[in-house]
Parts: sequence; structure tokens; C-alpha cells
Amino acid sequence: MTDAVTVSAVGKTFAVANRGTVVALEDINLVVAPGEFVSLIGPSGCGKSTLLRLIADLDQPSTGTLSVFGKTARQARTDQDYGIAFQQAGLLAWRTVAENVELPLQLHRVAKPTRRARVAELLELVGLTDFADRYPDQLSGGMQQRVAIARSLAESPGLLLMDEPFGALDEMTRERMQNELVRIRHETGAAVVFVTHSIPEAVFLSDRVVVMSPRPGRIVDVVSVELGGERGDEVREASAFFARVSAVREALHGAPAKGVRGVENR
Amino acid sequence: MRGISTRTLVAPAVFGIAALMVWQLAVTVFNIQPFVLPGPINIGAQFEQVWPIIWAGTLVTGGNALIGFIMGAVAAILAAIIAALARPFDELTQPVVTVAAVIPLVALAPILYAMFGADAETSRQLIAALAVFVPVYLNTLRGLRQVKPVHRDLMRAYAATPWQATRTVTLPAALPFLFTGLRIASSLAVISALIAEYFGGPVDGLATSITSSAAGSNYTLAYAFVLGAILLGLAFYCVTLALEKLATRHAPLPPERPAVGR
Ligand SMILES: Nc1ncnc2c1ncn2[C@@H]1O[C@H](COP(=O)(O)OP(=O)(O)OP(=O)(O)O)[C@@H](O)[C@H]1O
Ligand SMILES: [Mg+2]
Repeated sequence: MTDAVTVSAVGKTFAVANRGTVVALEDINLVVAPGEFVSLIGPSGCGKSTLLRLIADLDQPSTGTLSVFGKTARQARTDQDYGIAFQQAGLLAWRTVAENVELPLQLHRVAKPTRRARVAELLELVGLTDFADRYPDQLSGGMQQRVAIARSLAESPGLLLMDEPFGALDEMTRERMQNELVRIRHETGAAVVFVTHSIPEAVFLSDRVVVMSPRPGRIVDVVSVELGGERGDEVREASAFFARVSAVREALHGAPAKGVRGVENR
Repeated sequence: MRGISTRTLVAPAVFGIAALMVWQLAVTVFNIQPFVLPGPINIGAQFEQVWPIIWAGTLVTGGNALIGFIMGAVAAILAAIIAALARPFDELTQPVVTVAAVIPLVALAPILYAMFGADAETSRQLIAALAVFVPVYLNTLRGLRQVKPVHRDLMRAYAATPWQATRTVTLPAALPFLFTGLRIASSLAVISALIAEYFGGPVDGLATSITSSAAGSNYTLAYAFVLGAILLGLAFYCVTLALEKLATRHAPLPPERPAVGR
């Protein structure tokens, strides 16, 4: 089976006006297997979002190559092989919650009855059924983020790219959404590349946690989690879980970065 | 439309009525002659009496303003779309628009009368159209540039066609700005159509009636026509304001949570 994502020797340099260049990523090598859940964790500015954008073909690498399901990133994007949730919810203010979730289906000309049914299913999943006809400005930040997550799942993609999707959620909703994501991913068999600042979140969700360091953004360690596929809340209390959390924390602190600002230890 | 309360509606109304009462009282107490200043009651009575004539004048002036408004707005929207798509066009027209924004366009009226003949309404409509063009063009162009980076990314991620992206993201984001432009332009259309009448052309509009009644020393009648002009301006303003409110019902979201740690 072809890998979901292959990143080979990828580097990304941004030109910044009047200040030369910023090396956002350097020599990144990463393979994500089909159905595998990989988290990217690291201090702010280490290039996590940039790496995700390269996989999504929203930016092009300066060096190295990327492939998604054995195709170029560009081809994978035009084939709609991935769903994406950004760091900002990015909802359309003039569309209702249901219409926002419906957007990708509408753009790709899915028949109306199918669309309706799918949207109802997705809203149920993120617990927003009662808010289907509200507008985004009538929702809390966390609810907006859940709409964005539902939208990213709309076409049951084989690859999910998620940039801190739970960052704006309260702890309770966050854990519930994490459980949901484990379940969704189990049901759909989708591979996930997931950016987060939370070590426990990364450990709870992932098969592997990729630890990054900034300036230039590099992968410093990859921690295999191996807690089994069907995880529930009991895993959060397991000693194996805490052992993995410590392993990731040590990898982060061992990184030759000046401190690890922006990483939450909760 | 929340917040329309004592402050926004009742207070101005009370103030307006009080001002009218003071005005009437002053005219009565000091026995001010109508050729100096007629009282509001007299003006009101006159207004009612000659209502058919005022209505006819309102139709002429309002018609000119409306035709000019539509011509100017359509031209401005088309030009803004071209400018948004083609930077060179924008850079080319920027100085012209800037100049058009600061010169009093009614000054062109006598020249236009010479061009289109003094018996046609065309010049008045053109003056209104020119006045409307600038605010609609500038606001629409600004609106078309409002697409947020995250929405642009989203459209790209969904491999949306340029037309799909325009329809789903660019135009809806621009609409509130367009309607703000139309609201500003609506008053300008009426004012320009009125003032243009002072420079010549057919004797049928509200402004020409104001001139002729004042010239005939019928000041109460002149004020009745002024009242008609005020109501016409208000009508234009209120309709476009309502449209604007409708278009901005769901204002763009407030800035979302900042990126962690930055
Ligand atoms: N479009 C851009 N132009 C210039 N520099 C950029 C651009 N995008 C990102 N960068 C720089 O690249 C580096 C990595 O940014 P990136 O957004 O990927 O970090 P991140 O790990 O996602 O951070 P955070 O956790 O705060 O979201 C930063 O130094 C940033 O300033
Ligand atoms: Mg980021």
C-alpha cells in the first residue's frame, strides 16, 4: 500500500521583506502510513503549520519532495484526497452552520439530498445539531472550531490535516472531541497529521509523536506511542500513558532550543 | 437591528418636534413675516395644498436621481470588478478617481446642458451618476479585497474554480462594503440631481420650483418644495440604509483566537 504522506529532505525558506530570509523547515523526513495518526509537537514557530501547508499544497517546498498517496501534493489536492482544519476556524460569516459544513460537498457538486443527510450526520457528530441554522457570529470560539472540524470530515477523506483544531476548546469538550477523533479515525481508517501544543493530547491521539525544534525547524525525535487502537478515557489514567507523556516531554526539553515556550504541559 | 431604542429613535424625534415648536412659537410671538421666515404650520398647510405639484416635481427630480444612481452604481461596480481583477487598470484609474472624489461634479452642469440640450433631463442624470460613481467604486473595490487568507487557503484546499471562489468567498465578503457605498451615494444622487436643476434645463423639478416660487416671493411655497426635497433625500437614504443593514446582518467574524504563543 502506498504511504499516505512521504516527506523527503524537505526544506522551506521564506523571504521576509527587508530582513532577508527565514528558514522555517530544514531537512524534514517523515512517512505517514495509511491510517496512521501522527502528531507534530514543538514550540511556537518551529514550522508545524508550515509543514502541514506543504502537505496540503498550500505552499511549495524550497527543497526536497513531498508525495501524498503516491501522487504529487498538487495532484492529491486536486483529487481532494485530504480534509483540512486550520488553526483558525475560517468559517464563512454569511453562511449558517449547516451551510458551512455543506460547503465542500456543494463545491464538489454532491447531490442535494446526499448533502443534507451528510450534514445532519456531521452536526450530530460534533454535537451541534441544534445550531444548524445559526450563523457563526452567534457561536462561541469552540463551537466555531467544531463546525470547522465537521467541515473537514465532510468528504470522509483518507487523510486529515489538522492544525491545533482543539486549541480553543475547554478541557471537557476537548477530551470529548479527542475521544470522538479517535473513534472517527478508527471508523474511517483515515491517516491524520495533527498539530498540537499539548503533550497529553498528542500522546492520547497518536501512533507516533513527532517532536520538532525551531530555528531552523527540524524533527528532533519521534516517539512511538503504542497504546493500542481503541482508546477510551481509561487510557488517560494508564501508567503507559504517563510514561509516553514523559518521553515526549523529555524529547521536547532535550531539544537544542532556547526553552520550549508555547508548549502546554497539561 | 438591535439597539434601536430611546437613544436612536425617540430622542431625535423628541428633539425635532421641540425644535419645530420653538420655531413656530418664535414666528408667532415675534410676528415674523412669511417672506422672512414662514412658520412650520403654514409650510405644512401649503405642502398639503399643493401636494399634487410637489409630487409631480418629486417624481421628476427623484426619477433623475434614481436613473443617475443606477447608471453610476452599475458603472462603478463593473469598474471595481475590473480593477480588482487587473492591477494595471486599478493603478491607471486611481488618480482619475482621486480627482473625481475631490472636485465638485455639479460644476460640470452648464457644460453638460450645452452638450445634451437644455430641454433634456440627461445632464441632470449624468451629474447624479458621476456623483454616485466615486463612493460606490471605492467601497466596492475595498470590499473585493476583503478575502481573508484563511478563506483563500480553504478555496485552494477544496480545489475550487476561480468562479466558485469568487461566488462563495469574494462577492459575499464585498457585499457589505458595496451597500455602504450605495448608502453614501444615495444622498449624493439626490443632492446632485437637485443642484443640477439650478444650472438650467427643463422647468419641472423640485429645485426649479423652489427657484420660481422664491422669485415670485412665495416663500411659504418655496419652503413646501424644500420640504419635498428633504423627504425625497430621506426616502433614498432610508431605503439604502435598510439594504445595508440587511447585507451586514452577519458581520464578518471578530478576529479569531490568536495563534498560541505568538
Ligand atoms: N508566509 C510566511 N512568510 C514569512 N515567514 C513565515 C511565513 N509563514 C511562516 N513563517 C515563519 O516560519 C516559521 C514557522 O512558522 P509556523 O507558522 O509554521 O510555526 P508553527 O510551528 O505553526 O507555530 P505556532 O505553534 O505558533 O502555530 C516562523 O518563524 C514564521 O515566522
Ligand atoms: Mg501554527
